[in-house]
Amino acid sequence: MPIDPKLATLGRRGLIAAAAAAGLVPAFLPRARAAAVRTKAKIVIIGAGAAGLAAANRLADRLEGAEIILLDRRREHLYQPGYTLVAAGLKPPSYTVSTTAEWLSEPVRWIEERAAEIDPVAKTVVTDTGRRLAYDFLIVAPGLELDYGAIEGMDVRRIGSNGMGSVYAGPEAAAATWRAMSAFADKGGVGLFLRPATEMKCAGAPLKYTFITDDVLRRRGNRAKAELNYFAPTRVLFSVPIVHEKVRMLFGDRDVKVNYQHTLTKLDLDRRIATFRTPDGLKEVGYDFINVVPPMKAPEVVRNSPLPWQTGPWAAEGWVDVDRHTMRHKRFPEVFAVGDVAGVPKGKTAASVKWQVPVAVDHLVADIAGTRSSESYNGYTSCPLITRIGRAMLVEFDYNDNLTPSFPGIIAPLEELWISWVMKEIALKPTYLAMLRGRA
Amino acid sequence: MKELDPLVFWAVFQEMLGSWLWVIIAGATIATLAFVWVLVREGGIASRRLVWSELAGLAGGVAALVIMMAVTNSRFVDLGGPIDWLLAVGIFVAGFVGTTIGVYALLGVLGIAKAPAEEDDAAAAPARTGRDAYAAR
Repeated sequence: MPIDPKLATLGRRGLIAAAAAAGLVPAFLPRARAAAVRTKAKIVIIGAGAAGLAAANRLADRLEGAEIILLDRRREHLYQPGYTLVAAGLKPPSYTVSTTAEWLSEPVRWIEERAAEIDPVAKTVVTDTGRRLAYDFLIVAPGLELDYGAIEGMDVRRIGSNGMGSVYAGPEAAAATWRAMSAFADKGGVGLFLRPATEMKCAGAPLKYTFITDDVLRRRGNRAKAELNYFAPTRVLFSVPIVHEKVRMLFGDRDVKVNYQHTLTKLDLDRRIATFRTPDGLKEVGYDFINVVPPMKAPEVVRNSPLPWQTGPWAAEGWVDVDRHTMRHKRFPEVFAVGDVAGVPKGKTAASVKWQVPVAVDHLVADIAGTRSSESYNGYTSCPLITRIGRAMLVEFDYNDNLTPSFPGIIAPLEELWISWVMKEIALKPTYLAMLRGRA
Repeated sequence: MKELDPLVFWAVFQEMLGSWLWVIIAGATIATLAFVWVLVREGGIASRRLVWSELAGLAGGVAALVIMMAVTNSRFVDLGGPIDWLLAVGIFVAGFVGTTIGVYALLGVLGIAKAPAEEDDAAAAPARTGRDAYAAR
C-alpha cells in the first residue's frame, strides 16, 4: 500500500493546534483537530447519501494526497428526515432535494456510476459500466433497499391514490401521501398504520405519522369520525422499552388502537383491504387510508457480496457484518460500513450517521497513520418523535436501550415539548447539512 | 449528540441562516455601536427616548414570537413544559432588547426625542456638547 505512515503536515490545523498550546486560542474553542495525514491511499466510498458524503468530506479534511472516490449514479441528494414534514403538508417536496455536487469538497472524485460488484478479497469494486476500481480502504454506505415487492399487490406508482400512502418512497411519494391523508382527514374512516418486521430506517417515523394524522383529524374536527389502528410485528411499539411504554400511553390518550404481532403481507389497492400475518393466521382489514412501510434490506450489491452477516437474523436481510463500536468489517479490516447498511442493532438514522462516520473515519485514518484510534460508537440514535404538529419528544438512546439526552435536565426526553418540535423544524436540517460538509 | 461543540453550533447557524447570518450579525453590531456612540455623545440615557424605544421593544418582542411561531408551524397552545416557556420568554426578550437598542440608537442618531432638560439646554446653548449638556443638568 503506497502510504507514508506518520507523515503529517503542519498546515492550518497544525498552526491552530500550536496556537491553542500557546494559549492564543480562547478556551471555549474545541480542541484543534489532528494535523492532516499525508498518504497516497486509494479510498472508495460506495454511496453518496448522508453517510457517504459525510465520510468523503471528513476524509478530505483529515488526509492529504489520498485518492478519495465516491460512487453514486444519482445526482440528487435527498434529505430523508424531511419526508415526514412533507407528508404532513408542512414542506414542499423540494425541501428535501439538493444535489450531490454541491456538497462535495476537494479532492473527492465523484464517479456517477453505481457499484455493481464488491470483491473484498481482491479489494476491488466493479461499477455498472464495467469499470474496475482497486482500493486500499472501502467505505460501504449505499443505504438500504425498500422492499415494496415483498408486499403482495403493492404498487409504488399508486402511492397517493385510493387512500394509499407511503412516506418512505421519496419526496414526491411523501407529498402524494399527504394528499391521500388530507383527503382522509376531511372525511374520516379507518386509518391503518404499521411498521415492517425487518430492520428499518427511523423506526419512529411510522409512529410519528400516526400522531400527525390524529392531529390533522382533530384540527379539522373529524377525529370522532375516524378510527386509527397501529399494527406492530412484535409485542412492542418501539425497541427501547421505556419509549415503548410512553408511546403506548400516548396512543391510549389519542385513542389509537394497537395490534401487536401483525405484519402486513398483502394489499388489495382497489378494494382497500390490507392482509396481516398474525399468530392466528391471516387477517384482512379494510381501510380508508393506509401508510405502507415496506420491509427493508441491504442493497443487492451488498447482499451479493461476502460482506453481510453469515448467520443470525441479519444474514437474510444482508446487513454488513461490522464491529458495532468501530464500524469496521469483522472479516475484512480495510472495509467499513456506515449508515443504514451497517449491521448494528440500532442506528439507521441521520443522527447515528453523525456519530458513526467520525468514528469509522478516525479508525481508517489511524490505520493509515500507523496509530490506534480510541473512538467508539455506542449505538447513539436520535428520533424527534412528533406527537402532534407543534410538539415532539426528543428521544435519544444507545445500544443498551439507555436514554442518552443531549440536554439532560433541560429537555426531558419523554415529554411532549414545543422546543423539541422547534429543533426538528429549524435545527435538524442545518445540522444534517453541516454534517454532510464534515463540520458537524 | 456526542459533544456540544461551539464550532458545531456555529456551523449549524451558518447552514440555517446562510448569508442572513452575516446580515444579522452586521445589523446587531451596527445597532450596538450606534447605541454606545449615542450614549457617549449625549453622556447618558435620554429617558423620553428610552420609553419610546421600550414601547417599540414590546412590539419587537411580540413580533419575534409571532415570527417564530409562523416559521415553525406552531401555535401558542403548543407550549408544554417549563423549558418551552423559557424558550418563549428568551425569544421575546431577544426581540425586546434588540428592538429597544436598535430604535434608541436610530432615534439618537436622528436626534429625536431627547430628554426635556437636554432640549432646553440645547436651545439655550447650542454650542455645548452632549456631555456638557448632561453635566449641566
